[in-house]
Amino acid sequence: MPAEQPLIELRGVKKIYGSGDTEVAALAGIDLAVRDGEFVAVMGPSGSGKSTCMNILGCLDAPTDGHYYFRGADVGSMTREQRALLRRHYIGFVFQGFNLLKRTTALENLELPLIYRGVPSAERRRLGLETLAQVGLADRWHHTAAELSGGQQQRVAIARALVSSPSVVFADEPTGNLDSAKSHEIMQLLKSLNAERGLTIVLVTHEEEVASYAGRQVRFHDGLIASDTGVPR
Amino acid sequence: MIWNAFLLALREIRNNLLRAGLTTLGIVIGVSAVILMVTLGAGANQKVTGEFASLGNNLLVLLPGQPNGPPTATVPFDIAVVEKIQREIPNLADVIPEVAVQGVIVNGNHNHNTQIDGTTNAYMHSRNWNLVAGREFSPAEMLAGKSVCILGETDRRELFGDQVPIGARIRINKISCEVIGILEPKGVSTFGQDMDELVLMPLKAVQRKIAGNTEINVIRISVDNQEDIPHAKDMIQRLMREIRHIIPGQVDDFDVEDLQEVTQIVQSATLILTAFLSAVAAVSLLVGGIGIMNIMLVSVTERTREIGIRLAIGARERDVLLQFLIEAVVMSALGGVLGVLIGLGGSAAIAAALKIPFVFQPAIVFIAVGFSAIVGVAFGFFPARRAARLDPIEALRHE
Ligand SMILES: Nc1ncnc2c1ncn2[C@@H]1O[C@H](COP(=O)(O)OP(=O)(O)OP(=O)(O)O)[C@@H](O)[C@H]1O
Ligand SMILES: [Mg+2]
Repeated sequence: MPAEQPLIELRGVKKIYGSGDTEVAALAGIDLAVRDGEFVAVMGPSGSGKSTCMNILGCLDAPTDGHYYFRGADVGSMTREQRALLRRHYIGFVFQGFNLLKRTTALENLELPLIYRGVPSAERRRLGLETLAQVGLADRWHHTAAELSGGQQQRVAIARALVSSPSVVFADEPTGNLDSAKSHEIMQLLKSLNAERGLTIVLVTHEEEVASYAGRQVRFHDGLIASDTGVPR
Repeated sequence: MIWNAFLLALREIRNNLLRAGLTTLGIVIGVSAVILMVTLGAGANQKVTGEFASLGNNLLVLLPGQPNGPPTATVPFDIAVVEKIQREIPNLADVIPEVAVQGVIVNGNHNHNTQIDGTTNAYMHSRNWNLVAGREFSPAEMLAGKSVCILGETDRRELFGDQVPIGARIRINKISCEVIGILEPKGVSTFGQDMDELVLMPLKAVQRKIAGNTEINVIRISVDNQEDIPHAKDMIQRLMREIRHIIPGQVDDFDVEDLQEVTQIVQSATLILTAFLSAVAAVSLLVGGIGIMNIMLVSVTERTREIGIRLAIGARERDVLLQFLIEAVVMSALGGVLGVLIGLGGSAAIAAALKIPFVFQPAIVFIAVGFSAIVGVAFGFFPARRAARLDPIEALRHE
């Protein structure tokens, strides 16, 4: 059944850093399938390979071994341009370290993915302001990223991933810098986007409370999946 | 797509004004320095050449003896030679006899060592020298060899301070002499000689009263047209051999010099000066280029991360390249225009201050702007291209 084709699928994915004595297997062979509309929380101890896995899922990095299929298409055999277009049109990514343009305002940071998508300027502005309001930063649109606090920067980074209405959002510890009230708000926002728009979400977190918003919990350990609650039916 | 890249480039410049400003400054320095050097060099060249022209128009100089011959063999000229040249050679503007002696001039208790030239009014005419006061020699004074003199500015100041001593009497060596005119100041020549340290007297006055003979040291001949110079030189040489009964095969005991030839030597010297200035200019371009390169290299880490971010949120390699290319072109163009304006404006101002002509040279403007544009684009574009070919995560990790 075509509906059963996963949105993303990792098969035997390995990521080895270094070589010889200093070799580190950040991912030791990951098999993971996520279907459209799923909300997955990835957990696990520090250094277990969560970020490495997210980078591969976000098409930002290539695995050393194994395959990554996006809607059945093998990402490893795509050209760089095709991967760029995949990121542009289907993927939103929230970095553990935010990665905003520092001397650029919050609004212009949000406009960036829209510019690459060719969204006209008035529409960009409207979408940008609207998404900033959703993460509670409507009044900070003209501040540069460097002028914002860590938590505010994190929310701008989340807004940037959401603003272009992607099919899937990969978020690496998106609430790591937020107090519990703010992280509750952000999780509510993500949950409603998941429920109402069918946005697929994969997020990394260390907090059980955050993970409980997700319908499925995956635990990493030493570069392998230790447990997976699977899809609740 | 090009419009979007333009928008991104302008935003990046606006958000990083210091970096963009320093890059543009590098281009401005390179371009303006080259234009300054070459323009001023050409002006200095023209001034030196012009100074030579003012030594006399289309001038031939007839000297006794040979330039490298034995000093005993020199036989001076006399007035009969001057008159014969005047009579027998066509198309001459002036034939000017000159006898030069060193002497002491005295006014009361002021005295000064100077050169005293016995000559005619044509000496001044041929060089476009004017009087600031008084008058030239009258025909009667010339004929009689009266004791009258025209003072150069330095001699006037040494003897009279602030006064304009028309009608005053000074002593030259042993004789008393009336001052009838003052020459306009001409300053120091390119060779460091004070051209205002000069007393002019009628030829006969110097001959009879100071030198005590009828000799003439130099005859200057100015020719109507420049093209006639070689021909005139030839005719004078033949006439002189005839006057002095020099038989074929025997060497001349006189020398006809063509100032045109000297001018050419000086011109080649100033060409060397221009070459030197151009080398300095090339170095300034290089320095400007290295400045640009430094800023680009320093910002490479920051910009590589920026490229990583752009790639991560959906930019393709070519989106990034187009943006960086536009940034480089915008800064190069801005820096080029400013550099040209500063270079030309500065040259005009300095040329005016140094009293040299302003010589506009379009070629150098193109060379300077072209070079800077190449440097700006090369160092802005190629690091960006390298970064844009990385996986986004590698670009983001760049240290
Ligand atoms: N660029 C790299 N070079 C070498 N080793 C790396 C690199 N990136 C990650 N690693 C190693 O890979 C392993 C997994 O790192 P990763 O960042 O994926 O962990 P993580 O699960 O995200 O940890 P955290 O919860 O602390 O963010 C670690 O042992 C780390 O040292
Ligand atoms: Mg991590």
